Amino acid sequence: MFLALVRRDLLLIARSPALWLPVMFFVLVAAIFPFAVGPDARLLARIAPGIIWVAALLASLLPVETLLAPDVEDGTIDQLISRGIALELVCAARICAHWLGFAVPLLAALPVAGVLLGLDGDAGTRLGIALLLGTPALASLAVVAAALTAGLKGGGALAGLIVLPLALPVLIFGVGSDVDGAFRLLGAASLVALAIGPFAAAAALKPE
Amino acid sequence: MQRPNNAAFGCRHELLSCPGVTKPHQAIKPDAVSTTLVIADLACRRGGRLLFDGISARVPPGGALQLVGPNGAGKSSLLRLLAGLLPAAAGRVEFVGRRAFLGHEVALKPRQTLGSELAHWARLDGGADRLPAALGAMNLDALIDVPCRMLSSGQKRRAGLARVMAAGADLWLLDEPTAGLDTASAALLAQAMAAHRAAGGIVVAAVHGDIGLDGADVVRLG
Repeated sequence: MFLALVRRDLLLIARSPALWLPVMFFVLVAAIFPFAVGPDARLLARIAPGIIWVAALLASLLPVETLLAPDVEDGTIDQLISRGIALELVCAARICAHWLGFAVPLLAALPVAGVLLGLDGDAGTRLGIALLLGTPALASLAVVAAALTAGLKGGGALAGLIVLPLALPVLIFGVGSDVDGAFRLLGAASLVALAIGPFAAAAALKPE
Repeated sequence: MQRPNNAAFGCRHELLSCPGVTKPHQAIKPDAVSTTLVIADLACRRGGRLLFDGISARVPPGGALQLVGPNGAGKSSLLRLLAGLLPAAAGRVEFVGRRAFLGHEVALKPRQTLGSELAHWARLDGGADRLPAALGAMNLDALIDVPCRMLSSGQKRRAGLARVMAAGADLWLLDEPTAGLDTASAALLAQAMAAHRAAGGIVVAAVHGDIGLDGADVVRLG
């Protein structure tokens, strides 16, 4: 059942015109920063992890208005509930699909962003591992925010306000991934977000 | 794929957490053999207002129940309550078996074709083999390659009805099923409901006027 839900969500993501939006946004941010900061390669390389993490966080929020709101509006959630399918399972599947839909292309685009920002291979690899560990938390937070703001006008902006403070731990451990133990803390932050996310999102979606 | 049954409200999620169990309702209610729908003293509260209370009904297999009443009387809410989409303020619903719900929202993704959408739901219901018959029963065969955004509201309604039919559920919960249907499609629906009841199924429908449910009990709201 879980796999069927994930497959369905992925299919809908793949068919949606916004599929390339997060990864395009990510690469564009990486391309624009050198122009804004100036051609100091050492400075750029030093702030590159921060830029990339902020870009990844914002990219995870780009599709937040289409993550759950259409399903609430068009009755899909009703159909799932009336079949006795737990909303927690639906939300867990959605987190999984969202991660596959935004983080995997983003990781694939990381080498490009790394070159644009002058990251060397070693730092780039470390950043890749950090993104791999941290982006599940971002996906989970985005789905929770999508559930909380489903049915609200302008929910996307509100979702940003909800997610940004909660994403701080991920950002801090992600950017500081050259410190000992940061990977573990990053992984822990992701595990906590993944454990709580489906339940929080389901509670927000529950009809009253 | 076997899907857990809604044996009773309140344990919906516990049931789902054990999807490997093939017949969960037997594990939970070992003595339940019939699929009579019992509604006992049901009340519903929406937005702090008591919509209805004291609703009781008993529908045996093969039976039908029509919910009638003016707009806003709570017909849709009662159906949503039976579908597990709303909590009851008081009273209880007893039903052992699977439910299929047709609401006002179509739950069809605009970019997908009608055929792929219905196939998705039929797969979730473990009823891919029932889908062709359901498509035929609602005369949708010619439309399966059409994207859902191109369908008229009556065609979407027929698609929703086909989804109910393909679900293989014992209890059909239909919210104004003939709204937007032409007379030919309404006749097809009446046939399908009669066949469902003849096979021991139950139909509960919110209606305005006659939709061809012979010998149905009536619950009057409002």
